Amino acid sequence: MDATTNFWATPGGWTLITVGQILAVTIWILLSLAFLLLADRKIWAGVQMRKGPNVVGPFGLLQSFADFLKFVLKEIVIPDGADKVVFILAPLISFVLAFGAWAVIPLAPGWVVSDINVGVLYLLAISSLGVYGIIMGGWASNSKYPFLGSLRSAAQMVSYEVSIGFVIITVILLAGTMNLQTIVEQQAGGFWNWYVFGGGLSNLPMILIMVPMAVVFFISALAETNRPPFDLPEAESELVAGYQVEYSSTPYLLFMIGEYANIVLMCAIITILFFGGWQAPFPTPFIENWPATAQSFFGFMWFFAKTVFFFFLIAMVKAIVPRYRYDQLMRLGWKVFLPFSLVAVVLVAAWRVFGPAQGAM
Amino acid sequence: MAMQAIAFYVLATITIGSGLAVVSVKNPVHSVLFLILTFFSAAGLFLLLGAEFLAMLLVVVYVGAVAVLFLFVVMMLDVDFGALKQGFARYAPVGAVVASILAFEMILVATAVATGGAAAGPREPMSALDGYSNTETIGRVLYTDYVYFFQAAGMVLLVAMIGAIVLTLRHKPGVRRQVIADQVARTPESGMRTVQIKPGEGTGE
Repeated sequence: MDATTNFWATPGGWTLITVGQILAVTIWILLSLAFLLLADRKIWAGVQMRKGPNVVGPFGLLQSFADFLKFVLKEIVIPDGADKVVFILAPLISFVLAFGAWAVIPLAPGWVVSDINVGVLYLLAISSLGVYGIIMGGWASNSKYPFLGSLRSAAQMVSYEVSIGFVIITVILLAGTMNLQTIVEQQAGGFWNWYVFGGGLSNLPMILIMVPMAVVFFISALAETNRPPFDLPEAESELVAGYQVEYSSTPYLLFMIGEYANIVLMCAIITILFFGGWQAPFPTPFIENWPATAQSFFGFMWFFAKTVFFFFLIAMVKAIVPRYRYDQLMRLGWKVFLPFSLVAVVLVAAWRVFGPAQGAM
Repeated sequence: MAMQAIAFYVLATITIGSGLAVVSVKNPVHSVLFLILTFFSAAGLFLLLGAEFLAMLLVVVYVGAVAVLFLFVVMMLDVDFGALKQGFARYAPVGAVVASILAFEMILVATAVATGGAAAGPREPMSALDGYSNTETIGRVLYTDYVYFFQAAGMVLLVAMIGAIVLTLRHKPGVRRQVIADQVARTPESGMRTVQIKPGEGTGE
């Protein structure tokens, strides 16, 4: 081993590498978000037969960067009577958590910042923390509309986390691991091995459970990220902008980026858990001979395409579906999704124990 | 090891500091926020011990669910800080007595364990069994050796849940509820009636 290899094995080198990886992932996500935000607005505009942002740069491609500059250069207004520390802390928490969750997301074969055995639980833990940013923001604003918005949001996120948890359990039961990297690797070989189709031809009857579970997860993800049709925390017609009313300038920007990072994160989680992550939808024996980096890029391309596809779906939902009423939202979460996913957990567990493909654990 | 020691002392300091802040800050909402920080750094300590499953569960359950409800209640209640502080001097001696007894007992147990108990044995925490992750090891123990206790704990929680529902469930007569099935089942035939009305007569309803 030469000196350079040794350096990377020391704590200092390890720290440098990790910081580099974190920076690479964060900057990539931020750049992607800039264009996904624009795509969101363009899709929305397209559905309504408008043009959408088209002034800054060709096709409005630089719109997000113009918005960014505008946000950063404006004055930060902290309302009189607001709890200053908590008020500033809230958007920071939202932002940090939204990006912290990306640490365990495997982007391509071997491309993951932290390959931990409890990756799925880590995601659940981080997403359950996300509610604090919103509650704290609403409370610290010391104003009625933000407070109502944050209360709504908290109740909504706590409710839908339950069904998200159960849906994730069905996938964990099929996979037999909580390591996201392993979950993706098990879905190799073609789209019939994806967990949305039960994970392998021997598990094919599970398609009857896993396809609805993927749909439940998608809808719960909308509710969890406060996206339309479940954007009650920021329902413009009732609460002005919910918990964001008093925010301006950079703190608002942090809230917004955090929210979008969460949305993309949810798309990535759906991709990983149900649609095979970086795996191509067909067997790929021809890439065996490629160099490792090329294989990784090949996988990353699929991961990215799938994630963007789900983002497109979420953007379409925003444009097409009208907003839910709050009691209907709660009814859907507790009376429809929760029993439904509970039964699914029992059925999948029974299949794992008594089904033909048992004994893999 | 040096990194681990640094991480331990940082996390332990934050845990104790925020734990003190929970009882000493004036605003109850801040106090709950410090409680959350305490849970969070305790989860970090679990991680240092190699118990990643417990750490994540601590965050998911306590921080993600229990503390949110705490925060809810504290925010909704209009707590009068002045009234809360009034009895402080009067109750301080009682609190001090309870605290010192607790501290004495804990020191007693800690010294006993350190000299003759589990801590006298191998000092390294037992790592997960070979080939099994943390989660699988806990699952194995829970569902084999302690399955009856585990099920009993589940039943206790279920009873508590049913109790809470029974205590709070009210059936008010005369409340119109939305029945979505009825709405979906409505057809033009069942929901609409065509009437020919002659001028000046009305529908007669």
